[in-house]
Amino acid sequence: MILQLFLTFSLLSLLAIGGANAVLPEMYRQIVEIRGWIEPATFAQLFALAQAAPGPNILAASVMGWRIAGPVGLGAATLGMLLPAAILAWCVAGVTQRLSRAPWLRPAQFGLVPVAIGLIAASGVIMAEAAGTGPLPWVIILGSALFVWRTAFSPLWALAAGGVLGWFLL
Amino acid sequence: MRLGELFFGYAKIGLLGFGGVAAIARHVIVEERKWLTEREYAEVLGLGQVLPGPNVGNAAVMIGRRFHGLAGAVTATAGLYSGPLVILILLAVFYDHFGQEPGVASFMRGVAAAAAGMVIGMAVKMADKLRPPLELIGVGLLSLVAGAWLRLPLPLIVLILAPISIWLSLRRQTA
Repeated sequence: MILQLFLTFSLLSLLAIGGANAVLPEMYRQIVEIRGWIEPATFAQLFALAQAAPGPNILAASVMGWRIAGPVGLGAATLGMLLPAAILAWCVAGVTQRLSRAPWLRPAQFGLVPVAIGLIAASGVIMAEAAGTGPLPWVIILGSALFVWRTAFSPLWALAAGGVLGWFLL
Repeated sequence: MRLGELFFGYAKIGLLGFGGVAAIARHVIVEERKWLTEREYAEVLGLGQVLPGPNVGNAAVMIGRRFHGLAGAVTATAGLYSGPLVILILLAVFYDHFGQEPGVASFMRGVAAAAAGMVIGMAVKMADKLRPPLELIGVGLLSLVAGAWLRLPLPLIVLILAPISIWLSLRRQTA
């Protein structure tokens, strides 16, 4: 069971191009539909919890492992989710270091940057569509975007302000 | 940079990364601690984005390795994940007690809206500072449209647009 948990999340890890949100549908298919380890409602709740908590959203995998099999499940799911991707990143970093003198490497790598920025912006838009339930949330979204873009202050101020506005007005 | 600084820098990123770690990671690494320049960070993040796994997590492995080899990669990764993991478990234990409180729910709605704006603002800021050539801006906009409105699977977008974008970037270099 624990091994199965580890292997399932390892597979998900390698499918997670674009991070946690990209792999969410497949994660649901694997652990709710195929394995039946978690109820659909619990899955949604745990994922929302991982998004509300600080840290990378991929940690949703960890709470699911914890819910499925306690502390050992937590360890198996976390390692499964992180290890394969980290090893791959390690190897790719090694290749880029070895090729660091090659004149084409940096322009080639820079070619990935627009795709990355575009996809980050896309995830922001998707988050905005989910969060923009009325005029005030949209004001917060725009204000926070402008604040992060135009100032060098920590983005946390925007989050705190958003939370306080939400507390009093939403 | 010492190993301890790497750990605490990444611990800060993890613990303060509400609504995703991308914006706070860039803020700490580029603006606050100046470990990397805007462009260097963008290049690492670009690789992290097209590889499987969370982009900031992949970047942590690569940045850790760049400064301290294997120890650095492990330290940065541990710093990034350990704090949030503890908080998440505590939250999961207590969630049933306070998750339904109306005040908490509205607070979280406000945070979610601000987090969305934060991610958009970060993307605009990076594009603004890096000033990529016009055709690469075009590729960025295409991936935005494909991801946000066409809702194509991210691996597919990367598979199609990354080679085009790399080719465009190389062509600009040799021209």
